[in-house]
Amino acid sequence: MAKMGILIDITKCIGCGACEKACKMRNDLPTNLETNLSATAYTVVQERLPNTYVRRMCMHCENPTCVSVCPVGAFTKTKAGPVIYDKDKCIGCRYCMYSCPFSIPKYQWDRVIPYVQKCYMCADRIEEGSEPACTAACPTGASIFGERDALIHEAQMRIKDNPGRYVDHIYGLNEVGGTSVLYISSVPFDKLGPPFNINLPEKPLPLYTWTALEKVPTIVIVGGVLLSGIWWITSRREEVKKFEIKQKEKKLSEREDKK
Amino acid sequence: MRLPRITFWRIVIAGIIILGMYYTFIRYTKGLGAVTNLSDKYPWGLWVGFDVITGVGLAAGAFIIALTVYIFHIDTYKPILRPAILTGFLGYTLVAVGLLYDLGKWFDIWHAIIFWNPHSVMFEVAWCVMLYLTVLALEFSTVVFERLKMHRLNKVIHIVIIPLAMLGVILSTLHQSSLGSLFLIVPTKLYPLWYSPYLPVFFFVSAVSVGFAMITMESFLSKRFLGKDIELELLNGLARVNVLVMAFYLVIKVLDLANRGVLSDIFSTRYESIMFDVETLIQVIIPLVLLLVPAVRTSAKGLFITSLFIVVGFVMNRLDVTITGIEASSGTQYFPAFGEIMISVFLVTMGFLAFAFAAKYLNVFVHVEHEKDEPVEIIHDV
Repeated sequence: MAKMGILIDITKCIGCGACEKACKMRNDLPTNLETNLSATAYTVVQERLPNTYVRRMCMHCENPTCVSVCPVGAFTKTKAGPVIYDKDKCIGCRYCMYSCPFSIPKYQWDRVIPYVQKCYMCADRIEEGSEPACTAACPTGASIFGERDALIHEAQMRIKDNPGRYVDHIYGLNEVGGTSVLYISSVPFDKLGPPFNINLPEKPLPLYTWTALEKVPTIVIVGGVLLSGIWWITSRREEVKKFEIKQKEKKLSEREDKK
Repeated sequence: MRLPRITFWRIVIAGIIILGMYYTFIRYTKGLGAVTNLSDKYPWGLWVGFDVITGVGLAAGAFIIALTVYIFHIDTYKPILRPAILTGFLGYTLVAVGLLYDLGKWFDIWHAIIFWNPHSVMFEVAWCVMLYLTVLALEFSTVVFERLKMHRLNKVIHIVIIPLAMLGVILSTLHQSSLGSLFLIVPTKLYPLWYSPYLPVFFFVSAVSVGFAMITMESFLSKRFLGKDIELELLNGLARVNVLVMAFYLVIKVLDLANRGVLSDIFSTRYESIMFDVETLIQVIIPLVLLLVPAVRTSAKGLFITSLFIVVGFVMNRLDVTITGIEASSGTQYFPAFGEIMISVFLVTMGFLAFAFAAKYLNVFVHVEHEKDEPVEIIHDV
């Protein structure tokens, strides 16, 4: 299967919340609609400006931070695109929550055995050849599902064919190395609030820690050699010192005997 | 039957233990949300910031003295080796216990042993800490075996003590710096006064500095509460090295701020700038200036006060990186809940009690005489 994605056209979203309801029903979550992402809301629609609705969901990054930081590898970027979570591996360190540039993973703080919660792009339905519940439910086509490359092409076409209607930027094309969820908008992105107003680098975040981690084998080897060398030199020094003391004592006792 | 004397400290400790046990019960029966002020916007708080990120640094003295005695063969420091190793061993044990409170699925803490992610700094930290705790346990086991008169076991440990010490230095270097590397992944979340590509270096150097300071503090606390002798000459020596370490730390931090174009931020009246300035004053500038005065360096009071500044400043720095530094980007504020604070206080208190217990029943504070030709009654080499 090719790499899939979701294109969210903010100009087409009417804020009906059909995607939110579909997601909640699909995942047996409490049906009350929420204003922010939470452990019981994997996607939310927020009115950022009058009549301008922004849907938030996991961005399913190409080089995901959560996949990189999890000490037990509980997150996986699947070949089809969705970033999924294995709750059984999870130890609850919450580094994923701390480090996600989009602040997506949420937690079950009220549970005795808590898990991380986030959108998984209905990975099982995608595998069966179907589409995510949210895109299937969207009445206006504001959220559509398809191959990422095709969606990028579609977004570019829309921007080109409708000069003045769209801001010439596909959000998620290059941010933190690219994401599977893409946005196009008529309002400049930095006026739309988080995450669009965060100055995210194009460099995927995992590369920031890789520069530190790749030095570990060197430190171990150089450190081992250096410490061994120092120990050997100082050991020899001790031995020589002891030997010289013994020699001195021998000479002294010989002198005594001669007397 | 004579009851133990009721003193002020004993009442305080009893209160801490009772509260600690209460909040422990709540944490495990009702979950993290019931005891902490952590939230989706602030997933890391006091337990990560203090128990783990700060706690590991405060236990750094062990590897420094092990390096000094076992590798550099500076035998004059043997008397403080055992207390330093004990402080390290207890410190890292408290970090592990602290994690058992903070991890949501604490019973799966062992998962890093079978599920590997070499791309994760936290994976590397977990392994280094696990291995180093083992090294510390083995290094301290000599003190226990000696007390139990298990000399054969002691001999076995002594055969490998040098490689163990080397492994300990390497592991410590790795994880002390990696704790800083944890924060490399949040360039847009951590406030620029603290975010730097050199965070691993800063964390390592400051760990060395506070390691010296903790050894000094531990000496003075042992004198005050356990009646042990202080080796003033040795502490003076550590302080002199610490002056160089702190000067180096200050220089590289200032250079880094200037290099990233945020040096002028230290003059701002923003909350973060004030916290950074205060932290740097307490952690580095004040102790550095004080230790440059010979009268301070050679007096017990002077060494104690400067060490106190360094430790407090270090704690502040680690809490600033973990908590203060991400407040602006989080969109909310965080202050630990009472139960959260009590658990940390409880853990530190248990650490102190364990130290006192070990000091009472084991040969931790002994002058070491090491003669190879002496009869077996003379007990230990270190």
